[in-house]
Amino acid sequence: MESNQPSLFREAVGRLTSNRLSLFSCIYISIILVVAIITPFIAPYDYAFQDLDLGPAPPSSEHLLGTDTLGRDLLTRMMYGSRISLMVGFLATTVALVIGVMWGTIAGFVGGKTDAIMMRIVDVLYGIPFIILIILLMVIFGRNLILLFMAIGAVEWLTMARIVRSQVMGLSKQEFILAAEAMGVRKINIIFRHLIPNAIGPVIVYATLTVPQIMLLEAFLSFLGLGVQAPLSSWGILIRDGAVSMEEYWWLLVFPSLTFSLTLFSLNFIGDGLRDALDPRSGP
Amino acid sequence: MLELILKRLGTAIPVLLAVITLTFLMVHSAPGGPFDAEKAVTPEVLAKLNAKYNLDAPLWKQYSDYLLGVMQGDFGPSFRYPSRSVTELIMTGLPITFELAVYAILFALMLGVSAGILGALKPNTAYDYLPMTTAMLGICIPSIILGPSLILTFGIWLELLPVGGWGDMPGDKILPTITLGTAYAAYCARLTRGGMLEVLNQDFIRTARAKGLSEFRVVIVHALRGGLTPVIAFLGPAMAGLLAGSFVVETIFGIPGLGRFYVEAAFNRDYTMILGSSIFFSCLIISFNLLSDVIAASINPKLR
Amino acid sequence: MKLRFLLFLALPLLFLSCGPSESPVSRAHLDSILYMGNGTEPQDLDPHVVTGVPESHILMALLEGLVVRHPEGLDPLPGVAETWDISSDGQTYTFNLRSTALWSNGDSVTAHDFVYAWRRMLTPSLGSKYPDMLYDVVNAEKFNKGIIKDFDLVGVKAKDDKTLVVTLENPATYFLGLLAHYTTRPVHKPTIEKFGQIDTIGSQWTRPGNFIGNGPFTLDQWKLNKVLIVKKSENYWDAKSVKLKEIHFFPIDNTSREDLMFRAGQLHVTSTIPPEKVEVYREEYPDNIHIDPYYGTYYYRFNTEKKPFDNKLVRQALSLALDRRQIVDKVSKGGQSPAFSFTPPDPNSYYPPTSLDFNPQKAKELLREAGYEDGTFPSFELLYNTSEGHQKLAQAVQQMWRVNLGINVTLANTDWKVYLSRQSVGDFSVSRAGWIGDYHDPKSFLDMMVTGRGNNQTGWSNSEYDNLLIEAAKSTSRTERYGLLYEAEKILMEELPILPVYTYTRIYMLHESVKGWNPNLLDSHPYQFVSIEK
Repeated sequence: MESNQPSLFREAVGRLTSNRLSLFSCIYISIILVVAIITPFIAPYDYAFQDLDLGPAPPSSEHLLGTDTLGRDLLTRMMYGSRISLMVGFLATTVALVIGVMWGTIAGFVGGKTDAIMMRIVDVLYGIPFIILIILLMVIFGRNLILLFMAIGAVEWLTMARIVRSQVMGLSKQEFILAAEAMGVRKINIIFRHLIPNAIGPVIVYATLTVPQIMLLEAFLSFLGLGVQAPLSSWGILIRDGAVSMEEYWWLLVFPSLTFSLTLFSLNFIGDGLRDALDPRSGP
Repeated sequence: MLELILKRLGTAIPVLLAVITLTFLMVHSAPGGPFDAEKAVTPEVLAKLNAKYNLDAPLWKQYSDYLLGVMQGDFGPSFRYPSRSVTELIMTGLPITFELAVYAILFALMLGVSAGILGALKPNTAYDYLPMTTAMLGICIPSIILGPSLILTFGIWLELLPVGGWGDMPGDKILPTITLGTAYAAYCARLTRGGMLEVLNQDFIRTARAKGLSEFRVVIVHALRGGLTPVIAFLGPAMAGLLAGSFVVETIFGIPGLGRFYVEAAFNRDYTMILGSSIFFSCLIISFNLLSDVIAASINPKLR
Repeated sequence: MKLRFLLFLALPLLFLSCGPSESPVSRAHLDSILYMGNGTEPQDLDPHVVTGVPESHILMALLEGLVVRHPEGLDPLPGVAETWDISSDGQTYTFNLRSTALWSNGDSVTAHDFVYAWRRMLTPSLGSKYPDMLYDVVNAEKFNKGIIKDFDLVGVKAKDDKTLVVTLENPATYFLGLLAHYTTRPVHKPTIEKFGQIDTIGSQWTRPGNFIGNGPFTLDQWKLNKVLIVKKSENYWDAKSVKLKEIHFFPIDNTSREDLMFRAGQLHVTSTIPPEKVEVYREEYPDNIHIDPYYGTYYYRFNTEKKPFDNKLVRQALSLALDRRQIVDKVSKGGQSPAFSFTPPDPNSYYPPTSLDFNPQKAKELLREAGYEDGTFPSFELLYNTSEGHQKLAQAVQQMWRVNLGINVTLANTDWKVYLSRQSVGDFSVSRAGWIGDYHDPKSFLDMMVTGRGNNQTGWSNSEYDNLLIEAAKSTSRTERYGLLYEAEKILMEELPILPVYTYTRIYMLHESVKGWNPNLLDSHPYQFVSIEK
């Protein structure tokens, strides 16, 4: 069974790269990721350094993307901002992934009463206006990144759990799982060795689509003044600042929002592409 | 059908209890109280105010008093606006937020479904790629960019539409609707296209075509029914997202909806208002999830 | 078929075809309506309950005190009181009320109404947040704190219907100024008692239809978070000179939105201007942009009970490392002036002779003297509440202290309530603050730093300073009094428990058709003097 992973993967890669837009998306995301990781080594300026006498200046050879109202280099701030935004996106998705996969697998595998109770809990949680509670949480307990990951992760795992459960339920009736059970393999081993690796495909697709959603949420929170602590920045904060002065200093809005939108675009595209690649019959 | 509705309403009660408890604990553990102000109030005044609003009682007592009140339909007075009750504030804001959300949904459906049909009818042509790529862009442009850009373009440069407000001037509902609805229009387009593609390949459509029915009839009467199922299933969760997104749009356009009241209440530690609007938001979300399930079930009996 | 689909697509565009009509401002001179951006939604309209600036703007239209503020900021003008006598010791004021002063329902405004209103404000169980506005009146403080129960002992008496006698604890030369503040205006007893008791907060008496006022305007409509409309009152004693027919107060807390509304012709006056627009507007709208001096100071508080800020040298060093000129020119950019004293200087009256230099070299020396060699100063947190302006300034100050003194400052941006509660329990090192004087007298600033005052919040205490303020309160001559306050101000600027940064300006857009809107330190624009011309 493990042998079908690489071929699936190869096929997926093949399909993805056959589409020029998907290829572009992959390259773009890779560049953004690499730049975010090595930012501290290549950033042209200190992200907090202000040149107050310069003030907001349009793009020039010294400041490729211009400077903000405190005379800070926009390119540098965008590079550091990408670290925060991507981190929020990926870490919160990981939190959701871990909780959702565990919950869904257990519910789907154990089944019966346990499954009913666990899924009822998921149903109940679906009714809670979490986004609203996140805003409340951020207002009350301040700009805490860890809290943000946890809170967002706690919202996004619900759908993940549902997807995993349905996958696992399908799998657990298959012969190799039944065989393993008959051979007396411990349940925990079955879950980690067999069920999760086999159910992971759709989960990865969903995760790819979750990252851009979380990044959008971060931007919303920044808009409400609930972003990361200054002088650090995130894309959300840069866009918010840029939107305020878009008439005077266009570059402050155009560059961050272009980068942000392109990133969302690429992530969504990769997610879509992966979905098509893994299951051509599934939705749009 | 009735069973479905009853079952869902049954789960609504634990949801509401969970929301009340969670929110109650959160607001009461928050630093800062409703009566903290720039001009520091003396301890004597603070004690008087706390007594007036039952904030000097033990927490469990406040909680049970609140629950009792809610059961009788009393959400208490607002702390921020002393002469107004929470019910009055919600009843002022809710219809506006609701109207905005409904317009946004209608806009999203109108634009999204037609674009999705177009794409599905001519898959892999320019009629498909253009709307679908635009749709993807729509998802990727957050309202905090779209809103100000629209205001600047239509309100200031072209002087075509008012720059804000809701129901004060002709045409002031257009830009907020577009800002809030665009992302959902994009989702609708993609879902419609997917749903339609699947249905159009099915046998009964081929039969219908073979019978010589007009293409319009085939698409609108036969295919759309099944093709729209994913869109309808999406509407419930979308409504939840719309309500959350309405904060931002209400702020950008200065719309006096519940979203702004809510965020403001959180900032002001207006305990009763926070709790009251949390309850109302959950009720709205529950009802919309239910509604979209009911519609989906009645269109497509297999889902029951 | 394709055509139908296209129509379907085009439907949303039909939406767009209807354009807005003529802008409200462009026809305002015909109907004499003033459209005003007014910050946040008013919490209430009860003068004894509210504390905010937006509410004060509305109450200026609805209620009138014994005196009214002069539109150009000079000494107060007669209001409900036609004339008044001040005894030679400056401690007894006798007000003769106008016979023509009426409530909006036609009742006569009497001295008893003032006694009732002041009694209400001082009633402990009401929990008014501004009772100290009347603490100069004999026994007012004691009554408010519940030490005495008998209001007859408080120094305000209605000698007859139209004569009010007020006796003061001290010759407070600024007392008339207090009487223009909204908290000291009369309220209509029958209305208040119809909807509640004397100490009821949040009764329905402030609603349109219920509200009975004595000001030049009456409350007409109040649409939550949308608009509050007042209409000219026919019962106002000077109704013939009131030119405006209506004022529409719009609660707009978002500055960019307010700016857009002004530009779209929906507002005559804004409450502020987004800072990034100021420079551009100075070029583009030189006739509309107004930058008026304002009676307020932006400053940083030190927690003097916490090391190392208990050390005067440290506080002085941090002040010396602050380039206030650069802050106002490059960061705040609203025409503010660098502050060298706590009380904003007024060239016509109180002008404190203090100065605060920018001298990084000396700052370093002081820090060394305090025992902190280069780079050994512990890092600390700068607390401020969420706002673009505070954030920008804090980041600039952070860099100034890092570059000039090598101090590592972290920023703590918290929401308003967290900020307030952390300050009141002393959980901060340095925090941002601002204060707008309630009346035009240095006391409204300097009194705050007296030992133990609720808004001192620095833990600073200096008996010499306290004594100077007590001395000043007893003085009957303005010059002597200012002399004593100068001394107090000098102590404050030597000790620096607070770090003045800049003196506020009122910066706003004003449509050119509005006349009679004059700059003044308290930002008071009594509407009976305002008109709209073509």
